Amino acid sequence: MADVKMADRATAAAAAGPVLAVENLEAWYGESHILHGINFNVNAGEVVTLLGRNGAGKTTTLKSVMGIIGKRTGSIRFGDQDITRASSDRIARMGVAFCPEERGIFASLDVRENLLLPPIVRSGGLSLDQIFELFPNLKERLNSQGTKLSGGEQQMLAIARILRTGARFLMLDEPTEGLAPVIIQQIGHTIARLKSEGFTILLVEQNFRFASTVADRFYIVEHGKIIDGFANSELQANMDKLHTYLGV
Amino acid sequence: MQALYAQLLVGLINGSFYALLSLGLAVIFGMLNIINFAHGALFMMGAFASWMLLNYVGIGYFPALILAPLLVGIFGIILEKTIISRLYKLDHLYGLLLTFGLSLVIEGLFRNSYGSSGMPYRIPDILQGATNLGFMYMPNYRGWVVLAAMVVCVSTWAIIEKTSLGATLRAATENAPLVQAFGVNVPRLITLTYGGGVALAAFAGVLAAPIYSVNPNMGSNFINTVFAVVVIGGMGSIMGSILTGFGLGVVEGLTKVFYPQASATVVFVVMVIVLLTRPRGLFGRAA
Repeated sequence: MADVKMADRATAAAAAGPVLAVENLEAWYGESHILHGINFNVNAGEVVTLLGRNGAGKTTTLKSVMGIIGKRTGSIRFGDQDITRASSDRIARMGVAFCPEERGIFASLDVRENLLLPPIVRSGGLSLDQIFELFPNLKERLNSQGTKLSGGEQQMLAIARILRTGARFLMLDEPTEGLAPVIIQQIGHTIARLKSEGFTILLVEQNFRFASTVADRFYIVEHGKIIDGFANSELQANMDKLHTYLGV
Repeated sequence: MQALYAQLLVGLINGSFYALLSLGLAVIFGMLNIINFAHGALFMMGAFASWMLLNYVGIGYFPALILAPLLVGIFGIILEKTIISRLYKLDHLYGLLLTFGLSLVIEGLFRNSYGSSGMPYRIPDILQGATNLGFMYMPNYRGWVVLAAMVVCVSTWAIIEKTSLGATLRAATENAPLVQAFGVNVPRLITLTYGGGVALAAFAGVLAAPIYSVNPNMGSNFINTVFAVVVIGGMGSIMGSILTGFGLGVVEGLTKVFYPQASATVVFVVMVIVLLTRPRGLFGRAA
């Protein structure tokens, strides 16, 4: 009973404010200053997409939220906790899950080991059966070496393994990169399904067409700053600006 | 024929130590990116720990086989936490220099207190004597060393290749930041890995104590050959380190029978050939 009450309270708290609030985030790779003051937020149950050209700072933003970038300033709040200075393993344990660019499948692990690698951080994650229902291919290839999978299967594995952990906030870095249209469609369906099940998703995309099918809101990143943002419903009105920003 | 079998056994004994030591070096290099030159000194500390446990506390061989690796492993953990962890962002060379320096300091301290002539460690009663195998007499203790080393090596291999902890270790070897971003406390994992690798060296030291006299130089006598073993086997493979360790011990033993003059150099000759033909080592994985 107590658990249920606590869960209720947590949901209420999440509904009260954004799940993720990033203010004035600056970040450095060694000496090079990549982010120059990023401001955005993500509300519970939303799919939010960061759009922008190559090198604009989208991936660095995700990595900063995840705590992987060593030097970062400003403020990053996850729920009611300040995670600006937290280490990445602590951030993960709070319920933030990360699916990196290039997928990050481990070559020395087989598919099963890749799938079971991320520790469970809280209850409520998908069971293996639910994961195989979502990605039937993976079940047949459990004993293959992780990197022997096709690009699409690797992407599914990379998403699948973070759904097990119980994290409700997912950060996906270019999940459609280099994939065939039919696979991209499948990933789109997966994201829509996850959203309908209450996951909150922060997406980085170059593929604007894909992003427009799944996202509730967009932010435009340029030169390490958020320069614009609008909801999916305002998309048509902003099409011209978008073409200028993205150069498409 | 007798000489052949005897040298094969000596080869297997040496191979046991090569395997245990190169296994620890490979595990440590994989996780910490540090070439642990202190490995020989830590091996020697294992032998000394068993000697001290016996002579100061009255704890015998078999408990020491567990306790000495534990104590030296904790010493390794302290070393990693306080000194070695400061070097992770630098080139391999700094780690090698630091651990080389550490080994000189450790050996110097022991030499200062115990001299370098060596102290005997008695073979435990139950392992005294020899067994007639039909084709040769095998000293029981030597058979025990080979058996114990093989069991520990295979167990280590099984933990790394077959368990979820091992999967986490392998993944962290490939991409530590990502594994940490999944919620694994990677710095703690690194510390424990170093402690584990050091404990393997200390275990080898306890096994070695009754065979060689316990002396401060016993590690440095071994360590050059062990590094050659690691180079020949290739850094990437756990089973590779084990097989190469035992294999080269045997090659060395056989050389003693057929061409004794070359027995001290044969491992290095093999190393040169392997480096020329397979620079990644016999079992090294593609980068």
